[in-house]
Amino acid sequence: MTDEAPPVKARGLVKRYKEVLAVDRIDLNVRAGDVYGFLGPNGAGKTTTLRMALGLIVPTEGTVELFGRDPIRMGARALEGVAGFVEAPRFYPYLSARKNLELLAALDGGGARERIPEVLEIVELTPRAGHRVGGFSHGMRQRLGIAAALLRRPRLLILDEPATGLDPAGMRDMRELIRRLADEGITVLLSSHQLPEVQELCDRVAIVDRGRVVYEGALADLRRQGGAGYRLRSTDDARALAVLRAQPGIEHASGGEHGLSFQAQEPDVGALSLALARADIGILALTPELATLEDLFFRLTETNGAEPEMPVGAGVPA
Amino acid sequence: MSSAAATPPLTPPVAAGAPSFVHTRRPSTLTAYRWELRKLVSQKRTYLGLGLAAILPLIFVLAQTLRNHRGHDQGNIFAAHITQSGLATPVLMLLFLSVFMLPLIAALVAGDIVAAEDGNGTLKTILTRSVDRGQVFAAKTLAAMTYATIAVFLSAAVATIAGVASWGFNSVVTFSGSIVTAPEGLLLVFAANACYLIPLLAVTAIGVLLSTTTRNSAASVVGTIGFVILLFIISGIPGLEGVKPYLLTEQFENWHGLLRTPTDWAPIGHSAWVCALYALPALFAGYLVFLRRDVAGG
Repeated sequence: MTDEAPPVKARGLVKRYKEVLAVDRIDLNVRAGDVYGFLGPNGAGKTTTLRMALGLIVPTEGTVELFGRDPIRMGARALEGVAGFVEAPRFYPYLSARKNLELLAALDGGGARERIPEVLEIVELTPRAGHRVGGFSHGMRQRLGIAAALLRRPRLLILDEPATGLDPAGMRDMRELIRRLADEGITVLLSSHQLPEVQELCDRVAIVDRGRVVYEGALADLRRQGGAGYRLRSTDDARALAVLRAQPGIEHASGGEHGLSFQAQEPDVGALSLALARADIGILALTPELATLEDLFFRLTETNGAEPEMPVGAGVPA
Repeated sequence: MSSAAATPPLTPPVAAGAPSFVHTRRPSTLTAYRWELRKLVSQKRTYLGLGLAAILPLIFVLAQTLRNHRGHDQGNIFAAHITQSGLATPVLMLLFLSVFMLPLIAALVAGDIVAAEDGNGTLKTILTRSVDRGQVFAAKTLAAMTYATIAVFLSAAVATIAGVASWGFNSVVTFSGSIVTAPEGLLLVFAANACYLIPLLAVTAIGVLLSTTTRNSAASVVGTIGFVILLFIISGIPGLEGVKPYLLTEQFENWHGLLRTPTDWAPIGHSAWVCALYALPALFAGYLVFLRRDVAGG
């Protein structure tokens, strides 16, 4: 183990189940301190990749290292400082929440057992700690999954759809908890279908589709590459729309209930503002609008097998 | 969940320049084994097998107490002497239960111990902690074997207590027709059950192998018992007498030598290595499969 080694480094990961290629040469680079979003449609290979990262399944080809340690070769030693869950966290239904955590703490060693009351308090399960997990709701099990992960004092937290099945308040609390963990320096690898959640929490993302990474890099870069959009409100939107359509460098100009929208590069926007002034049209508001992660996600993944519409991220081997 | 402001840090602070990992003492296989036992204790299924092991001797003793033994031609020397000494009861029970019931009870847990966790998804939960797969496999195998051992001695204890309560703690006859004192007879009952454990633990090992490879509890339990039945059938096929001494099911009678005068140790020694030929490859294969398997369930 080296402290300098990245929390997650995957190279050429392939997982094949007979005729099905579940993961096709995936590279991942999760850096220390990242809140890293791992996105993709159902069946894209996200969970299989996370299982390989945790050493639960053996890659057909390629390697994955956690802080420089290969979980396939080193087993549990490679998971030191790593915690999390893939798919729904699973517990022994015939044991209470506390007994489940005691079991897991025993299998962690160290002082994990002493942290049980604290982690139960963090996920607000203290009043139900003595109840059998078999009677827990999905959301309570998710929270218990987080508690079980925190027992290990992780430096890397791998979470697969942690907000699935939670009510809105639970989702908000989960987001707050993840943000808090990230603020404390924990690297988070977050697989999620909640794109607004990823947009809010993550600084870097990988988007996988049909087993391949179609984008990996900074979320801000992705949004910039998605094309800068602008929204315009003017003193005369009808004439302004005509100016927009006539102006070089202005694309996809359209009108709507809440003003006009278009796409352009920054220098062209400067020229546009002068053109509007020459046409005696006042600008009430001109605001840049980056593409949402949702827009970009669908653009990258809904290509029906064709190459993605967007170029992959700068400096990103995908 | 608790708000960020109100709670202490979720992770320990790391001093500047210090390594970001604190190497904690890893849990031992004994710890994993203890928790496997606690899981068994917490499951109703566990008590089904143990209940069978305990209740069958009671039913047997009750039936024999109510039965008129005069004039019956008993085909077994212990059956003929059942009312002479309570110590004949555990020997008879071992004769009856050793063929099918005790292998079934052992298979109930051995066949389930890996497959159930795979199906429930808890295998991934424990394999992402600080214990190695080999430790988990060893703990599960030891727990299944412990369960089989408890079932055998529970059955023997209940049969002994019920037999002694009904017919007294008297000297008992052996297969050779000689008589041994009651304390010696009690020791022989214990030793006979201990010897029977040798083939039963081999059955348990096969159950663990099937549990690991099939990932299906029912298939593993049925497969283990099916294997035992298959060996019984093979032992009855004319022309296959030569393989009979090497069949696992033939070893179920290894303890008979203890109840002869003089004691015949040869069947016990023979069964030890024959059972090892079944158990060790099964455990080794199960271990290798468990080490390399994909944990995709749950």
